[in-house]
Amino acid sequence: MLETVLHLVVVLTVPPLLLGVIGRTKAAFAGRTGAPVLQPWYDLLRLFRKEMVLSTTTTWVFLVGPVLAVVAPLAASLLVPFGGSRAPVSFSGDLVLFAYLFALSRFFTAAAALDTGSAFEGMGAAREVSFACLAEPALFFGLLVLGRISGTLSLSSMLSAPWTTGWITAGASLVLVVAGWFVVLLAENSRIPFDDPNTHLELTMIHEVMVLDHSGPALGLILYGSSLKLFVLGTLLIRTVVPCGASSPLVNWVAFLSGMFLLAVVVGVVESVIARLRMIRIPQLLVTACLLSAFGMILLIR
Amino acid sequence: MSTSLVLAAAVLAALSGLPSLARRPRPAGPSPESWLMAAAALVGLTGAALAFLPGQRGAVEVPWGIAGGPFLASVDPLSALFLGPLFVVSAAGAFFGDVYWAESLHPSWRRLRVFYGILTASLVLVFAARNLLLFLGAWEVMALAAFFLISTEWNDGKARRAGLLYLVTTHVGTLCLFGLLALIYGATGSFVLGPLPAGLAASGTGKAIFWLAVAAFGLKAGLMPLHFWLPGAHAAAPSHVSALMSGVLIKTGIYGLVRIQSLFPDPPVAWGEGILVLGVVSGVLGVAFALGQHDLKRLLAYHSVENIGIIAIGLGLGLVGRSTGNPAWMVLGFGGGLLHVVNHGLFKSLLFLGSGAVVRASGTREMDRMGGLLRVLPVSGACFAVGAVAISGLPPLNGFVSEWFLYLGLLDGVGKRAASAWPWGALAVPALALIGSLALACFVKAFGIVFLGEPRGAGPRVTDEPAWMWAPMAALAALCFAIGLAPMLVTPFLDPAIAVAAAAPAARPALPRLAAVASLRPLSIFLVGLAVVLASSLLAVRRLARGAKRDGTWSCGYAAPGPTMQYTSSSFADWTVGLFRWALLPVTPANRLERPFAKPFRFASHVDDAVLHRLLIPVFRAGAELAALGRRVQHGQIQLYLFYVALTIVVLLFQV
Repeated sequence: MLETVLHLVVVLTVPPLLLGVIGRTKAAFAGRTGAPVLQPWYDLLRLFRKEMVLSTTTTWVFLVGPVLAVVAPLAASLLVPFGGSRAPVSFSGDLVLFAYLFALSRFFTAAAALDTGSAFEGMGAAREVSFACLAEPALFFGLLVLGRISGTLSLSSMLSAPWTTGWITAGASLVLVVAGWFVVLLAENSRIPFDDPNTHLELTMIHEVMVLDHSGPALGLILYGSSLKLFVLGTLLIRTVVPCGASSPLVNWVAFLSGMFLLAVVVGVVESVIARLRMIRIPQLLVTACLLSAFGMILLIR
Repeated sequence: MSTSLVLAAAVLAALSGLPSLARRPRPAGPSPESWLMAAAALVGLTGAALAFLPGQRGAVEVPWGIAGGPFLASVDPLSALFLGPLFVVSAAGAFFGDVYWAESLHPSWRRLRVFYGILTASLVLVFAARNLLLFLGAWEVMALAAFFLISTEWNDGKARRAGLLYLVTTHVGTLCLFGLLALIYGATGSFVLGPLPAGLAASGTGKAIFWLAVAAFGLKAGLMPLHFWLPGAHAAAPSHVSALMSGVLIKTGIYGLVRIQSLFPDPPVAWGEGILVLGVVSGVLGVAFALGQHDLKRLLAYHSVENIGIIAIGLGLGLVGRSTGNPAWMVLGFGGGLLHVVNHGLFKSLLFLGSGAVVRASGTREMDRMGGLLRVLPVSGACFAVGAVAISGLPPLNGFVSEWFLYLGLLDGVGKRAASAWPWGALAVPALALIGSLALACFVKAFGIVFLGEPRGAGPRVTDEPAWMWAPMAALAALCFAIGLAPMLVTPFLDPAIAVAAAAPAARPALPRLAAVASLRPLSIFLVGLAVVLASSLLAVRRLARGAKRDGTWSCGYAAPGPTMQYTSSSFADWTVGLFRWALLPVTPANRLERPFAKPFRFASHVDDAVLHRLLIPVFRAGAELAALGRRVQHGQIQLYLFYVALTIVVLLFQV
């Protein structure tokens, strides 16, 4: 019970801090001090106090996008374990639900973009749904590997397996999966090299260009939702890489949270040292991620 | 009792078109024919439900003058599972058709009503027949009734060609069925459906029976690459007929496959794996072709190919389970596949009815001329959105549940077998994920381009939304929600049907119940919670937005944005069509904007059906040219024909 409360408190409060850490890392690389780590929270609170402006073209669909951007990752977060050994909700087959919740959110984010009737947002929606087609199989190949290692179909046991047996019996596969998932994480959260979250007005944008017409609380929901998504998808990676199986819950939670912040630093480093890819190169990188995870699976088929 | 009720429903449905022959056109609104269909549906649904009670399953057997056994019909749980969606969809479609196919505007309304009833009745008989000759007869009536419905708009060249292509294709399938029947008669000495002898599956006859069944029923179901007749036919038929065809008629192919494989006591593993691979190909390429379409109904038709593929993945898994004696795979494979049959029947007919509402309002099927229809069709648009989310397999709707069963079964094959993973499962799981995300892309496109944004063309032609048009859709949407949120409502109906499909012999232990293999309760609680949270937070945000200022869409500072600047369906799908260029072979004329001051020109790109336009039509055209050589001796001059006769006689005289 206590663990569930802690789980909820962490998922509600920590995600925007990851964005703060990414910002600080990038600032350090640029030789600046950077905004405080709490800055994303200040931004969100400011947005929630602002008034909303809606396009005359839009319908109710326009508002479903922001709502699902928050509700879907929150629901998905209930299915993955953070520091504890089990997620608040866990049943056989929850991994499929986990993946499809993000798809539900994607459906309505893209539909909300088309609802504005703007050419830019249509462009962003088309790219978002197209690139997801390549990211999704990569995610599932990785889940197959974890399912094969753990012999179960629930995320809670699957994500505990790497540090009980997985890294010893199937280390090579896990390395490949982690590499593939890291690419998926960057793509799904529209980070460099796929997308640049700092520039709204370039024709090469994917996710950011879909939310041009959202304002005030709706925009706040979307920004909060994208930090949640980064956190929840990052959990898959961190639970695979960082051991959280110690007997003391405190140690586990500290290990998990420091892993998450380390992940934010790594993302920040990637954003500082790599330029954004040309649009036509993006499918190639995603197919590579897919193949990496596929090789991880092939190693396990014998 | 059950079978008699179902047959009574068939008679009612067959007669439902008769009043139309004796009356004048009426204004839009429920017609006597539709009430007759509703009565047939009520009787039939009662009968189908009774089939799940063990005591009510008596067969109807009447001796008749046709050789090959008595008139034998019986409704077992497998038949009943296919009959359920049939009755729901045919009644919903009939009421929709009253508004959609307004009698005062369409002179062909009588023909449509008569054949709609006959088609429904023949479908009932296909599912209930237990004598193969009766099955064949019902199958043929179904094929012909569907032909007359597809070619309702006979004066339209496209509809005519689609109808003729359908007629030829369905008879190729019938030819395969003849072979199938002959082989089964040879093996058993009877036309009555019953188990085939053990060991037959390993022989050449057994293999021929199975693969002939795959060809015959695959043609009807639209399994890639046998799908080529389907997009044109579904696009040409009136929308409520498309709903019945796509929702139920093509499932007769799936029914046939399930039934035939259940007759074999010992199917080899290769059969299941073959069906699984066919399903994966059908699923991935079906949705890829759908993405390339800009005709709304052709897009929906290609999604039928995709969903048949998903169903086939389930059948393949179930068959492999039968061959290897794995009860979990049988239950999850057949269960997922059969539930997807029901689900697809509901959401695809909902989407086709939605497309009918769209066509009625906009006067075109071209998505690139639509836009903003949600303001004209608020209820139909919302129902279409429900169907779109459901067909993309997203929670909390019914499409997710059936795909979830398939995932569970396939993942079980990869994960839980200790010695070696089942490589086909490792192929099918990511393929299913790919199918899901492509379907999502396609339905964001379909819903977004048609219903959202601003009108791209002249704008809507008809702006009313009669209640009798949206009520059938709303009913189907409610069913999608019910199965999605509470799957345990349908699993008691699935379990006995799975037992029939798996033909579990008494020697083996009984199959586990679906609810015991899949943890439905936590899933259902989670999804209901999700739906409640979603609905309440949406209400909260809408309240927040009520007083919001309204202004035009911000177009990044561009001063004069117009509706023609919006993304179109073709531009939306450009990336994904590019990814599948190797299969779709899109036709894009070279860009002629090369020099400055270029002259105005037209640019049009489209995706043809690869099998039909790249393979079948060239091959048959070449065959026709070859045959034309032989026509030289035929020129209609009677003297020359007499000369041929004389020549032949002379040659014969010298020969003999």
